[in-house]
Amino acid sequence: MQLQRPLTQNIHPGRPPLSLSAYEAAGGYQALRKVLGTMTPQQVTAAVLEANLRGRGGAGFPTGRKWSFVPMGPDAPRTKYLVINADEMEPATFKDRLLLEGDPHQLIEGIIIGAYAIQAPMAYIFLRTTYTEAFRRIAAAIAEARVNGYLGSNILGSGFSLELTLHASAGRYICGEETALLNALEGKRANPRAKPPFPPVIGLWGKPTVANNVETICNVPHILNHGAAWFRGLSRVTDGGTKIYGVSGKVKRPGAWELPLGVTIRELLEEQAGGLRDGLRLRAILPGGASTDLLTPDHLDVVMDFNGVAAAGSRLGTGTMVVVDDRTCIVGLTANLMRFFAQESCGWCTPCREGLPWLAKILTAIEQGRGEPEDIAVLKEHTRLLGPGRTFCALAPGAMEPLQSALKYFEEDFMRHIRERRCPWR
Amino acid sequence: MLSAEEKQEIAAIAAHYELKRAAGIDALRMVQRHRGWVSDETLRDVAEVLEMSPTDLDSVATFYNLIFRRPVGRHVILICDSVSCWVMGYDNLLDHLQRRLGIGLGQTTSDGRFTLLPHVCLGACDQAPAMMIDDQLYGCLDAEKIDALLKNFET
Repeated sequence: MQLQRPLTQNIHPGRPPLSLSAYEAAGGYQALRKVLGTMTPQQVTAAVLEANLRGRGGAGFPTGRKWSFVPMGPDAPRTKYLVINADEMEPATFKDRLLLEGDPHQLIEGIIIGAYAIQAPMAYIFLRTTYTEAFRRIAAAIAEARVNGYLGSNILGSGFSLELTLHASAGRYICGEETALLNALEGKRANPRAKPPFPPVIGLWGKPTVANNVETICNVPHILNHGAAWFRGLSRVTDGGTKIYGVSGKVKRPGAWELPLGVTIRELLEEQAGGLRDGLRLRAILPGGASTDLLTPDHLDVVMDFNGVAAAGSRLGTGTMVVVDDRTCIVGLTANLMRFFAQESCGWCTPCREGLPWLAKILTAIEQGRGEPEDIAVLKEHTRLLGPGRTFCALAPGAMEPLQSALKYFEEDFMRHIRERRCPWR
Repeated sequence: MLSAEEKQEIAAIAAHYELKRAAGIDALRMVQRHRGWVSDETLRDVAEVLEMSPTDLDSVATFYNLIFRRPVGRHVILICDSVSCWVMGYDNLLDHLQRRLGIGLGQTTSDGRFTLLPHVCLGACDQAPAMMIDDQLYGCLDAEKIDALLKNFET
């Protein structure tokens, strides 16, 4: 079977998603039947591990390994949770929306299989507030699945039971951080938690909890249907599967596409997005969301997988890139990003709470022609002071990634603003 | 005062979680849907049902961007101010909206029809610049489209 786009095979933008019966007719819920009828939870986890599926939320942790940390067997806690991170609030990221709106039953099937693998009787979908259409479609699909015996007690007569709850958040970026998300679900302020302990051992309400990204869990039914070798074969690199890539900015055809994991930036920009709009030239690429290092036109042949982008000094992140053209001010862009991070800091730890607003203020001043030459040193020092290991979670270090790379590749742009006391791009 | 239906709905939400307080955000969103915003009195009533102190619930409520603790207009406009929309002309769009409505960010028109709020990335980057009015997303915006759109809400 030559199925090259498993995640989006049923998705036709502009049309409503498949109903449960149409999803079944297209081969849906077959993986679940196979799992519940013929496989142990450990066999499911082993299959996902063998498929080399790495988390699609940004960090790229191997999914099967995450599942394998959950205590199993008669001595394990009976209450465990599977939580689906559908918060998707990373600026420039719009890939999970496609899956959430486009094929809700694929998501639900993945959730039931994942919950079976870790033997969790409860699962939550943590959805961002503003995905209102996704909320309506998923809520309808959950109701359909329940009526048809795919959710609730004794699913398909297997003895396995699962309750699935859809929770809409109220809008705060930090909720996408796995442990902040757990606090949010518990009804607390969504500050991140100290790690260790890690959620697979002590998570939601102190019980073993796996948090998986939407795109990650949607891959699971296909792995079980077609096997780990097939899944690895979808990819051009050693990590398995396809990836939903996205391009936004001043390109001819902005959008999101499911492609083999490991396409190059050039293929995405030129073949998928049609290149820049006429008259514009490429200056930079923000490859995987707001919290990734900028790359330059010299990096067009970088492979967009976890290792390839890391080798170029950035991160695959969410795989959705922003294209920066030569009429867009890099300083303005960096200031915009920093205002976002400053606003969305939860305020829990000092470097992030105090440092980010300071940086946002300096960058805004430079952008508006009020910068001083000494500001550059302050900015550079902060990329170290707010870097990895100095804060409670990854928000501030993530915020430093676009800043440090903007200073590395485009320091002259900052200097010009300061010298000319205005934005040369306006 | 919460209505009997609202109290019932909160209890039904709470049943999905191990502890009652977890229903806080869902409950606040629900009453906000009915009343437009969350007043001090409403917050106190919800806290009572959830067996929390009002201060505790308020610290959660104010953590989020979209729990409104002050009155808003009949329609809430969320204009995306994140990176893709910024690249695609957020500044000009915002200028136009502010002039058209005669208000700044965070303000409500004098007729109580619109409240204008900035919002982080709406996940519609391929349709940037984008905004939401109430529950509906609108993308690929320019001044003309905004004028046409706002007319639909002004009749």
